[in-house]
Amino acid sequence: MKKPRKDPSENTGLTTRRAVIMGGAQLAVMGVLGLRMRELQVKQADQYRLLAEENRINIRLLPPARGQIFDRTGFPIAVNEPNYRITIVREDAGDIDEVLYRLSRIVSLSPEKIDETKAELKRRSPFVPVTILDRLSWDDVAEVSANAPALPGVTADLGLSRAYPMGADFAHVIGYVGPVSDFDLNRIEDPDPLLQIPRFQIGKTGVELKEERELRGKAGTKRIEVNAVGRVIRELDREEALAGQDIQLTIDTELQNWVQARLAGEAASAVIMDVQTGDLLAIGSAPTFDPNLFVRGISTTDYNALLNDPYRPFRSKAVQDIYPPGSTFKMITALAAFEAGLVDANETVRCVGHKEVADTRFHCWKRAGHGNVDLFKSITESCDVYYYDLALRVGIDNIAEMARKLGVGVRHDIPMSAVASGLAPDKAWKREVRDQDWRIGDTVNASIGQGYVLSSPLQLAVMTARLATGKSVEPRLIKSRDGVETDISGGQDLGITGSTLDTIRRSMYAVSNERRGTGYRSRTVNAAFKMAGKTGTSQVRRITAAERARGVTRNQDLPWERRDHALWVNYAPFDNPRIAVSVIVEHGGGGSTAAAPIGRDITLRALYGDTPPLSAYPNAARADVRNTFRQMEALLRSLDSDRNQGTKA
Amino acid sequence: MSYLEYSVRQIPTGPRKLLYLNWPLVLMITAVASIGFLMLYSVAGGSWTPWAMAQVQRFALGMTLMFIVAMVPIWFWRNTAGLAFVGTLVLLLIVEFLGDVGGGSQRWIDLGFMRLQPSELAKITLVMLLAAYYDWLPREKTSRPFWIVVPLFFIMLPVFLVLRQPDLGTSLLLIMGGGMMMWFAGVHWGYFAAVISSAVGVVFAVFQSRGTDWQLLKNYQYDRIDTFLDPSSNPLGTGYHITQSKIALGSGGWTGRGFMQGTQSRLNFLPEKHTDFIFTTLAEEFGFVGAFSLLLLYGLIVIFCVISAAKTKDRFAQLVSLGIAGTFFLFFAVNMAMVMGLAPVVGVPLPLVSYGGSAMLVLLVAFGIVQSAHVHRAR
Repeated sequence: MKKPRKDPSENTGLTTRRAVIMGGAQLAVMGVLGLRMRELQVKQADQYRLLAEENRINIRLLPPARGQIFDRTGFPIAVNEPNYRITIVREDAGDIDEVLYRLSRIVSLSPEKIDETKAELKRRSPFVPVTILDRLSWDDVAEVSANAPALPGVTADLGLSRAYPMGADFAHVIGYVGPVSDFDLNRIEDPDPLLQIPRFQIGKTGVELKEERELRGKAGTKRIEVNAVGRVIRELDREEALAGQDIQLTIDTELQNWVQARLAGEAASAVIMDVQTGDLLAIGSAPTFDPNLFVRGISTTDYNALLNDPYRPFRSKAVQDIYPPGSTFKMITALAAFEAGLVDANETVRCVGHKEVADTRFHCWKRAGHGNVDLFKSITESCDVYYYDLALRVGIDNIAEMARKLGVGVRHDIPMSAVASGLAPDKAWKREVRDQDWRIGDTVNASIGQGYVLSSPLQLAVMTARLATGKSVEPRLIKSRDGVETDISGGQDLGITGSTLDTIRRSMYAVSNERRGTGYRSRTVNAAFKMAGKTGTSQVRRITAAERARGVTRNQDLPWERRDHALWVNYAPFDNPRIAVSVIVEHGGGGSTAAAPIGRDITLRALYGDTPPLSAYPNAARADVRNTFRQMEALLRSLDSDRNQGTKA
Repeated sequence: MSYLEYSVRQIPTGPRKLLYLNWPLVLMITAVASIGFLMLYSVAGGSWTPWAMAQVQRFALGMTLMFIVAMVPIWFWRNTAGLAFVGTLVLLLIVEFLGDVGGGSQRWIDLGFMRLQPSELAKITLVMLLAAYYDWLPREKTSRPFWIVVPLFFIMLPVFLVLRQPDLGTSLLLIMGGGMMMWFAGVHWGYFAAVISSAVGVVFAVFQSRGTDWQLLKNYQYDRIDTFLDPSSNPLGTGYHITQSKIALGSGGWTGRGFMQGTQSRLNFLPEKHTDFIFTTLAEEFGFVGAFSLLLLYGLIVIFCVISAAKTKDRFAQLVSLGIAGTFFLFFAVNMAMVMGLAPVVGVPLPLVSYGGSAMLVLLVAFGIVQSAHVHRAR
């Protein structure tokens, strides 16, 4: 080992100087580092703290439970059903193929579903649960849970999904919900963050749509801590969601079921309304569809079948469709004339089966004519010529005004989709919309509810209720929200002379209860439930002179879509009115044969509170009625069992 | 001065050497390493595995090596400097041909119980070689052109091999460390001025020429330089790392978020949180106070080495102590500047704190040489 060969005392001053200079430079660098630390950690600390929080905290929305919908007795119509799902987490599953194979031996799992799941798993992070199956039965869930040890990563969990236990009967009234679409996002202006949740369901039609704001509730939030790849570490805090309001409808479920069953087989609708409060007790429209199909996702085939059905099951014929009201409009024409002071009740008009107006011959439905006709007879026997005469004297504007007063041609604001306005035409309307002068023939047509006059069955029910009470009854569909009763609007006196109304009412009573009345065959023999009604038959086609010369073709011989619409309105009981009813059977033929029996049946059903006894019917009708009820019973029974199946599945 | 010794101009021998060790330096090194253990424990989510325990074991091994090296007379290290340097070059060549590929570059030789990183070794053996060279070289020849080319050649040998791996960070550290040795040895400052000014001139020319007719580099080369200098222009790559690193540092504030409470590191927003970016975890959890304290500790270590160097009259001992102190300074300064967004991201670990066996062992052996110089000086 060598000793140091240099003299240790040799001058090392240069190196020391150099070391000092270097030390100074290093000190400067450390100063810069310290300043930078201060800059980041002291001066900008708040800003970076915020960024760190943004990094780690995610805010997740907690969807609120949608408000449920009940009928007037508290029976559930739209509910949130527990929806059992099976999800799989990739990182917990290990061998995905094996786990899915085992699962497929427990629950039915198609190969497509397996491929779908695998593809989804590949796309997502390993810790994200992917839904394999949706809407499982409780039995399946129990089975999967029991086999949990053999199915790593597979869990059954519970969500809420909308269900309509009454199925098709309420499809038009409450509509259905569905996932938010781009269309919805453009249409709805409120920027509720809930709408951004994938597969969040909102009301698409009916009450579900119109009461969306009330039903939806308010989103809750939870703040969760996530790591750099988005894995949830823990929940920091949460604010629970505020459930939507429960809504109670004025509809009576049992009555609605019964009405739907009564209408089954026809393209028809019926509205039953409480004449005092305006409560809509039933809004029937047939045929209909199952709204549950839309919640679960309807197949294109099913959808197209419904869409192309000539009976138009998607439409609520009661509130969305408008028809010429036909003879049910005659009360309005009469009232307009009486209130104008131009006619009195005893004045007669001679009906010879037709009337010449401005070189055109307008026919009465009865070719032979009715002879001398006063108001009472004109309604009871539904003479047309009487009204041609009245209308010419009183003028269209008075008629239109009276129509609106009674609720025809006015849009009634009930929370259903596409509530129709109908039309009570007048001169100004024709000028403005059609750009034509009003012609005298138009008035003649309008006087008997043909031509331009259009009304929905809802409006006819309102008209009937107003005739029965003399008050401005307004229809009401929402009885209460979260237990708070909604206001009953309307109810003011219409200002129609009592004696005139009385004559009209007595005439309507005669329609149902006198031998010559057009609704006599559809009367009831229960004295407590006597009805006051009016038939209507509205033409769908124009009867040409040539056709008339040949002899008018009978309705039954025409193709379905060219037959007349059959209409019926009534209120009951006559001396203490409780309900107003309107019925329309599309292309059903005559009002007295097709619509009046339905009106009678649902009136009695509503008044009795149950299927009416045969003793309420005249002897001649009992055989038909018994037959009808038997068919309905079978139908109701099968619907019931369907529903029970539906809740299980 | 030792409390047991009166006589001057004597070099301690035998077990008494222990008394002459630079104990404050040992203490500070242990303190810094302990901070490292704590942080490794924290970034593992409060666990001794996988990093903290292994680091403690390496530190124990390293400390043992340091004491052994310190007991060996400093002239032994001078006489073996050339051998050590040649050995390092051989190891670098082995890496070149046989090394394991780690992190996209060839850096390691797998020894079974640990992975040896010869480029770490090169930082110290280069310093030793240059110190021995200038010890041998007569003072008056120091600034002669030929005697400047020789050490430059010594520096470029390992730099070339390390660049081949490729490891730009270590290459730059080697160049800077070598330059520092020449500076300490007393090479005329004119050379440094010339090199620095010409480097600045070249850089200036390169950037000035951009977009002109006489553009010196291709466009894609400029783009690469841009991303290197400004990582935020590449927010998904290194830019993301630097952003997250700054967030971690900044969110620490004055006193930090508390031990094991750093969300940035705990939730994996930080890259390389147990190696190159471990400083950010410290700064996040202990704030400005903690981060600045570490900086001060590092500074003290450097100062103690420099003081020790100033006391000795032996040229090799002096140069090797200064060189090791300077290299150590380069380590932590570059690392801190990098994680604070002041310097481009080059893979330089935080000395004594970052997880890594080679760097830890090599540094402790280097401090052993400084201790040896401290012990074996004439008093």
